[in-house]
Amino acid sequence: MTVLTSIGKAASPGPRQLAGRRRPVRETVFLIALQFSLVIAIAFLAVLLAYVISKGWARLDPRLWENMPSIRRPENAGAQSAIVGTIYLMGLTALFVIPTGVLAAIYLEEYADRDKWYNRLLELNIQNLAGIPSIVYGILGLGIIARVIGLGFGLITGALTLALLVLPVVIISAREAIRAVPPSIREGSLALGATQWQTIYRQVLPSSIPGIATGSILALSRAIGEAAPLVMLGAATFVAFNPESLTDGFTALPLQIYNWIGQSRPEFGVLASSAIVVLLALLLVMNSVAILLRNRYQKRW
Amino acid sequence: MASTSKATVPGGPSLGRSRPRYGELIIKVILVLAAAVSVATTIGIVAALLEPTIEFFGTVSVVEFFTSIEWGPLFSPPSFGVLPIVVATLLVTIIAMIVAIPLGLAAAIYLSEYAKPRVRKIIKPVLEVLAGIPTVVFGFFALTFVTPLLRDFLPFTLDYRNALSGGLVVGVMIIPTVASLAEDAMSAVPNSLREGAYALASSRMIVSLRVVLPAALSGIIAAIILAFSRAIGETMIVVIATGGRSIFTMNPAREMDTMASFIARAGSGDVPVGSIEYKTIFAVGALLFIMTFLMNYVSAKVVRRYREAYE
Repeated sequence: MTVLTSIGKAASPGPRQLAGRRRPVRETVFLIALQFSLVIAIAFLAVLLAYVISKGWARLDPRLWENMPSIRRPENAGAQSAIVGTIYLMGLTALFVIPTGVLAAIYLEEYADRDKWYNRLLELNIQNLAGIPSIVYGILGLGIIARVIGLGFGLITGALTLALLVLPVVIISAREAIRAVPPSIREGSLALGATQWQTIYRQVLPSSIPGIATGSILALSRAIGEAAPLVMLGAATFVAFNPESLTDGFTALPLQIYNWIGQSRPEFGVLASSAIVVLLALLLVMNSVAILLRNRYQKRW
Repeated sequence: MASTSKATVPGGPSLGRSRPRYGELIIKVILVLAAAVSVATTIGIVAALLEPTIEFFGTVSVVEFFTSIEWGPLFSPPSFGVLPIVVATLLVTIIAMIVAIPLGLAAAIYLSEYAKPRVRKIIKPVLEVLAGIPTVVFGFFALTFVTPLLRDFLPFTLDYRNALSGGLVVGVMIIPTVASLAEDAMSAVPNSLREGAYALASSRMIVSLRVVLPAALSGIIAAIILAFSRAIGETMIVVIATGGRSIFTMNPAREMDTMASFIARAGSGDVPVGSIEYKTIFAVGALLFIMTFLMNYVSAKVVRRYREAYE
């Protein structure tokens, strides 16, 4: 119906001209409007990057990673504890989330019978978890991990909270990577007498590792950019030491940036910008590695 | 094992001996446990929210919470009318959607219907980069760049923190969500529909707007609802560029607290555990959780129910 009425309108202006090549004005206007929308988004990104880099450039020197944050002397303050904290958080989060996420994905793809209600519930649950705001995970960290389980407000609580936050992302991307391995590979392996786990471990997993690695790196890069859940864990004060044990207090780059934004002296704005440049550079490296892995090692079946 | 190998070996008795393989069984148990972590997370979130929320409503009446327009749980005397922060949340979200729906859909139409593969290869990564920028960075940009810029151009005065610049930047943040989900939906529309319309002399614009857009509508609506729920829960941009005093206003030039920014500010402060202020954080968190949960649920339902199935 819509198709019929629309061509009725399109054909009505002017006499019949089958050879008409001229493009109506509104077509051009429409295309320009579409391109303009994209230009706005791209220009926003470009201005944001240019602004942050130009503002933070002056303080982008070794002071930033050699010195500790200080509330009194912004001219000498650095972000060493935040950079170290972010690296520790990333490692611990990876340690928690990658095995859990990949094993869960293997279960859902290779073992779960989709006709069973509990497996459908499991999938719905993962979809729903992916849509919960990160601040609510902060409440989970505060109420359950820190207080009920009693891990306190240290590094391990932060890492566990971030791990649960990005767990759905890891599961979903690992499932896609596993699903991309064609069934003929599994059937061949099973036909040769391999057990189900031998098939998965020796055939399916090696083929899907590039996809799993890409998804995991992207999930980790989301985790280290998150500030909201960590704010809930009370890690927003100036931490002038590097964490040495799992339960030590910590700070991280996004938190330190948030903290500096809240200070009124203009030097802290510059410090925040240069810390943002460091954070963005870290994310850029991680994303490049992820894309490189995807392009170089992903198999096409 | 017998039940699980069903998929690959349809029926039939096993030819060899059927000795139980304990190793395989242990592995399966480990896998199930890993999958159960996601269930435990949901249970943990509900448990974390439930108890303090129930205690909160033991002190503060439900009627006051949902009808009073005074919000000041950290003041003395405290007041617990949640409406001002709900209104502020919706205001920021609506400003964000005014930005994100047209720009995101335009990007999706362009990528799906117009762009040559070479152009797509450039634009898609740019949108991915935009999606990967930490929200604390967006917040910094909103506070120190967008607000001063708006102050120069707008005829009315803006507060230092205000809903307008926070909302605009949240809108830009969710453009990639709208664009990529809507583009997926549009790409799933079979080419035969487009070709049919072109054969009837439709132009490219007509095909995009009258054929592809309606056919992909369920996916597009789901994308918009998901983006809406992301905007509602967005914390860092809002706490940096918008949040502050909670006053009951719909004026986007004013400083205001949203639900998420209240949680973040109260949660990072020195609120004594077990006090009514502490429980307020969880009550607001429960409300936020329920709102986003409902939206995600509706979004999933829309996709399932109104999807045009093409074989």
